[in-house]
Amino acid sequence: MGGGTSSYREIEETDLIILWGSNARDTHPIFFHHVLKGVHNGAKLYVVDPRRTASAQWADTWLGLDVGSDISLANAMAREIIVSGLANRQFIEHSTSGFGGYRACVEAYTLERAERETGVPAAVIRETAHSYATAKHAQICWTLGITEHHNAVDNVLALLNLALLTGHVGRYASGLNPLRGQNNVQGGGDMGAIPDRLPGFQHVENDELRAKFEKAWGVKIPPKRGMNLSAMFDAMERGDLTALYVLGENPADSEADRHRALKLLNGLDFLLVQDLFLTKTAELADVVLPAAAGWCESEGTVTNSERRVQRVRRAIDPPPGVRDDTEILYDLARRLGSDWGTPVSENIWNEVRSLSPMHGGMSYQRLEELDGIQWPCYDESHPGEMYLHSRLWAEPLVGPRAPFSVVEFEPPVDSLDEQFPLRLTTGRRLDSYNTGVQTGRYSSPLRRSESLDLSPEDGARYGVVEGERVRIRSRRGSVVAPVHYDTSLRPGLAFMTMHFPDEVATNDLTIDAVDPKSGTSEFKATAIRIEKHQEN
Amino acid sequence: MSDPTNAAAPNPLIPIPRGPVPLAPPAAARCQIEITIDGRKLSVPEGTTLLEAARSIAIDTPTLCYLENLTPVNVCRVCVVELEGSRTLVPACSRKAEPGMSIQTDSERVRLSRKLVLEFLASSVDTSTAPALRSYMERYDAHPERFGASAATVAQPVKIDNELYVRDYGKCILCYKCVEACGEDAQNTFAIAVAGRGFAAGISTEFEIPLPESACVYCGNCIGVCPTGALMFKSEFDMRQAGSWDESRQTQTDTICPYCGVGCTLTVHQQDNQIVRVTSPLDQQVTDGHLCIKGRFGWQFVQITAPAGPPPASTPKDAA
Amino acid sequence: MDLHLSAALPTEQERLAVDAALGIPSSGWTGGVRDIAVDGRTAASGHAARAERHLLLPALHAAHARAGWISPGALNYVSQRLDVPPAETYSVASFYGMFSMEPRPARVIHVCDDIACLTRGAGAICEQLENKLGPPGSAWLRSPCLGLCERAPAALFTEAGEHPREEALAPATADALCQIANSGVIPPGSPGNSVPQAGQPQLRLLQRIGKVNPQSLADYRAHGGYEALRKAVDMGPAAVIREVIASKLVGRGGAAFPAGKKWETLHNSRSNGRPHYLVCNADESEPGTFKDRVVMENDPFALIEAMTIAGFAIGAQRGFLYIRGEYPLATERLLHAIGEARAHGLLGAGTHFDIELRRGAGAYICGEETALFNSIEGYRGEPRNKPPYPTEAGLFGEPTVVNNVETLINVPGIVLEGGAAYAAIGTERSTGTKLFCLSGHIARPGVYEAAFGATLREVIDLAGGVSGSGRLQAVLLGGAAGGFVTPAELDIPLTFEGTRAAGASLGSAVVMLFDDTIDLRKILLRIAAFFRDESCGQCVPCRVGTVRQEELMHRLAGNHPLVSVTQEAAVLRDISQVMRDASICGLGHTASSAIESALKRWSIFQ
Repeated sequence: MGGGTSSYREIEETDLIILWGSNARDTHPIFFHHVLKGVHNGAKLYVVDPRRTASAQWADTWLGLDVGSDISLANAMAREIIVSGLANRQFIEHSTSGFGGYRACVEAYTLERAERETGVPAAVIRETAHSYATAKHAQICWTLGITEHHNAVDNVLALLNLALLTGHVGRYASGLNPLRGQNNVQGGGDMGAIPDRLPGFQHVENDELRAKFEKAWGVKIPPKRGMNLSAMFDAMERGDLTALYVLGENPADSEADRHRALKLLNGLDFLLVQDLFLTKTAELADVVLPAAAGWCESEGTVTNSERRVQRVRRAIDPPPGVRDDTEILYDLARRLGSDWGTPVSENIWNEVRSLSPMHGGMSYQRLEELDGIQWPCYDESHPGEMYLHSRLWAEPLVGPRAPFSVVEFEPPVDSLDEQFPLRLTTGRRLDSYNTGVQTGRYSSPLRRSESLDLSPEDGARYGVVEGERVRIRSRRGSVVAPVHYDTSLRPGLAFMTMHFPDEVATNDLTIDAVDPKSGTSEFKATAIRIEKHQEN
Repeated sequence: MSDPTNAAAPNPLIPIPRGPVPLAPPAAARCQIEITIDGRKLSVPEGTTLLEAARSIAIDTPTLCYLENLTPVNVCRVCVVELEGSRTLVPACSRKAEPGMSIQTDSERVRLSRKLVLEFLASSVDTSTAPALRSYMERYDAHPERFGASAATVAQPVKIDNELYVRDYGKCILCYKCVEACGEDAQNTFAIAVAGRGFAAGISTEFEIPLPESACVYCGNCIGVCPTGALMFKSEFDMRQAGSWDESRQTQTDTICPYCGVGCTLTVHQQDNQIVRVTSPLDQQVTDGHLCIKGRFGWQFVQITAPAGPPPASTPKDAA
Repeated sequence: MDLHLSAALPTEQERLAVDAALGIPSSGWTGGVRDIAVDGRTAASGHAARAERHLLLPALHAAHARAGWISPGALNYVSQRLDVPPAETYSVASFYGMFSMEPRPARVIHVCDDIACLTRGAGAICEQLENKLGPPGSAWLRSPCLGLCERAPAALFTEAGEHPREEALAPATADALCQIANSGVIPPGSPGNSVPQAGQPQLRLLQRIGKVNPQSLADYRAHGGYEALRKAVDMGPAAVIREVIASKLVGRGGAAFPAGKKWETLHNSRSNGRPHYLVCNADESEPGTFKDRVVMENDPFALIEAMTIAGFAIGAQRGFLYIRGEYPLATERLLHAIGEARAHGLLGAGTHFDIELRRGAGAYICGEETALFNSIEGYRGEPRNKPPYPTEAGLFGEPTVVNNVETLINVPGIVLEGGAAYAAIGTERSTGTKLFCLSGHIARPGVYEAAFGATLREVIDLAGGVSGSGRLQAVLLGGAAGGFVTPAELDIPLTFEGTRAAGASLGSAVVMLFDDTIDLRKILLRIAAFFRDESCGQCVPCRVGTVRQEELMHRLAGNHPLVSVTQEAAVLRDISQVMRDASICGLGHTASSAIESALKRWSIFQ
């Protein structure tokens, strides 16, 4: 099961919080309220981020590492914790496996090496390691700064290792929390929108589990995992994938190395897009099905970053001719020869409950009464789990040991050189969201258009001034954008968003170096240079 | 230390068995305290405020500066009650029950203070969009006109300096709620604070700079807590100006924000199938009633038609 | 935190002045020069930065003293240095009467037009200044009581700049003030005699005044100074507290709470692991009150020694001495005394106690103990609700003893003579001696010391009796928050219990006399205006009540009541009652006291 191990309320009551590759202040503002409650209650806050973000400005300590050097930092912290005798030996012995190999791996990550690889002073790394290890309770929270890398899963494992090393998981107020970027990323995974899983994280390659679904659905399910998005693009390139059904995604704007994405989408035999808007992707489609807004024009559930399954409800009617996703899917099924009847969200949900044990106890009535329920919730007397992995602290241990993973530092794929000396990283702003399809439609006093954010030192070095339009070139393409000075950046580091693809297609620059385990591209690390630009 | 390096990693194909149900550490035991309110004896847990105690026995205590999701600042003093043995009245919203306390919530003194507080406020601010305050005035027979027509007021021009908020400080009773919501109780942006002193004190940015130049991040949490309509969503303000704002034609539906993965509950207020306002329930554990700019204002994308104009000529069927 | 600063930058002078108060910034992130090798990789802020907020008021003082106002650039710089949001900094700065948030000339004359000075010609001075220097607000300002009542009429000169100056000008004349405003040159004047009893053998609290050099630790010691501290250390904290309890010393700040009790509470909680604080309330701002200033200017070591004993007894490591901003000479003398004490190992390094002096900036409300905590902590000086009381949650939320200056300076005597001997002075319930502030139409204004039990008449006689027309009309007892008494009430014993029984209040021991030439209506209007000006604005009863009270008084004084005078009297009763019953703090509770007492005694508005 994949999900944040802790509840938001535990963030308020913990003693130490590390935000690692997360600018929650801007990207998860209400989660950050819980962080601030924790801070006001006395928790120390560490923020690991190349930029001194709004979140970092709240930190007791900011660690301004080089983009993509997270594993070096985490491994050096681990080594420091081990050599200082601060590892939780009892927990390691009772609940984990693979410590020996892990210890041997991190042995090479001295503080000095980590300072070289990350840029963060050794003393700061040391202090962070000691604080994390000695805190009574501690939380590590991360976002795309960890996962939008070619070695995303390794990055996550490096953080998991730290929690296993110190026992900061499976207990109240200690845990590991990926903050989900979209309102139902967690729910999508819960429902089986992962290549190898059925609803409830049940593995599609487990015959017994698959048989349960086959029996309920009266169909055969292919006994092997499917493709993630990056694999699909590779399959398109190979010609193995020729038809695509896109629901509520806009890959024509959001994919790394956009030129390639556009080319492949254009080359499909058939593209079906179901969306609220005629997005860039929809413009390429053979058929577009206008869909209702899931959050306010239909009924159902979503799951948030603390694994809370929550009800969404129909507040307004969709515009004429626009239909709910389930209605469209039911109709498609009917056209394909299978009559599912009329969609009723509660009935669909009850089917989920009957097949996914972790959702078993979540009746609509209970979701209503309890303000949502955190999975797993096995039956109607189960309260839902505030935090995960309590089994690791059970005497005797319940289930398998939690494994340490050996992960090594690998720099970003798109390396810096004389031709491309600047590291471009990407992220979100407070008032905007992803490719701006939704947020572009409300008027925000905070909004300013896309820019290449640079340190004032780099501005001087490259002879460009605030507001000057420059050409930004990577090994894959180039865009033109105005320069904006930002002191949260150090020399050598630049920042852009992808909120305004119509103005500046940032993903013309990014690299589609993909993490083979998660399918995520390395949006966070692009090598660029700045060129003077002559407007025509 | 033993080294179970060779132990197998969990097999992803096999579901992990359940552990014990995780529980929060038990809260410190609170002893029960006996108090008397309006002659009725009751027992409340230690730490209970007099307001909570009174509400627990259905005694309705007026409040203006109090809100469940904010730290009590006890500045409006409309909730004062009479505590036996105390020289002065005490604020129910923040005073905690102590063993043996005897409280009067509707004595002459209490009624007089509440009446005067309401008269003070109504004689100095525009209460036209403060229905709660107005209903209290009726209840306590408040006559603000007895201070004369030339009584000083806080009347001033409405501030409209951005597309999302309107600030009409002529309606401000200085309850501090917006400052708390912008500050430590929720948003921690501290774009506004109380500036100046005494009757001239007012809610202000530094040097009264316009909001777009200030630290404001437009979370709207100040508006969410304003009890008098001094702070208002521009959408509501415009509809009120146009005469089309009609709460009797509005419904409220709780749903979840469409943006990031935090899972904030949005209460969508709709009128004529148009979203006119978004709030969040105060008792909601994810939001505590607070939102960010995207949740609060980012709903325009489902609003394809123009904002609601004047009310339709026909009478709505439920308005009779 | 994620501060959002406007583009305004401080001047180099402002930056240096703030740095002089706060030290050099620790990094580029807090206003220093950006060193990218370090600042590009790490930054420390968070709790440590927020813990510095108590330096906000000193930093604002520094910026203001340099530029004459708090400019947007200086405000940004102070905010950045202390990690305080600019709106909060503005909120705090704009709270204080001495800070200007708009450009103002470097030289400003603050002219007291409060009640004591009104009896001595302040009205005429203001009129003349208005003619010569223009309306108040720029080169000169009207000020509430400056605490110089024995030398009325009074003014305070301030000059911003590289070497800022502040100096009391009293007694003042309009001509002299204009000259000073224009030239900045202050002609030498005589300090006058603020303690007419000086040198008399029976004095206890004033015993050294006029004899001791206030700027010499050696001289203080030669006059018996620091003997009490030595004895206290020998006795140990518990024994010191026993003696203070035995002395029955009660607080002189107005509330008359037994000092020993507070001390004992802290002493008993010394093992709870929390820091304990001592705060000396020297924010003497009650109109007509100046006794603490006179003591601090003339015998500053006495207060420092007393605080050291108190800190020792209650187990505090840090003491704060909060002095009102309008007392430059007392501030200078105390800072010097603290420095000397530190240099001689009596405070600071090597001892268990140190004292930080903090200056107020023009806010009467900061004399309220919880408002004073907020002011020290770098917040607006708004009172907190009580409970919790300071002994439980005071300064920085920790157990705190607050004592007024006069309360503290009683302590060395108690330690030296024993509590029982002290308790033998005065009356059963008001022990010891008391300092009185005599001003207005009195022959020899000044601070007087008398044993508790002396009547009002006796104290007036000590000061040579009524001056002016020689015909006494009224006495204001206890200050603006106290009340008026008539010439028929002069036999009131000036004890806590005696004044209470007479329906009056000892308050801060103001005894201000008005002869029969004074229009009491004007005095009452000034008192009403004082409370309207000084209400912090936090709670509705006081914020609006003080305004409605003043409006009503103007209607009565102008003889155009709404409906009828009787009707107005009823409304005024309601206003006073809600302020007394429902305000947060003592300011609101007493904002009507003097007015009510006057209306009860005289038919002023019939």
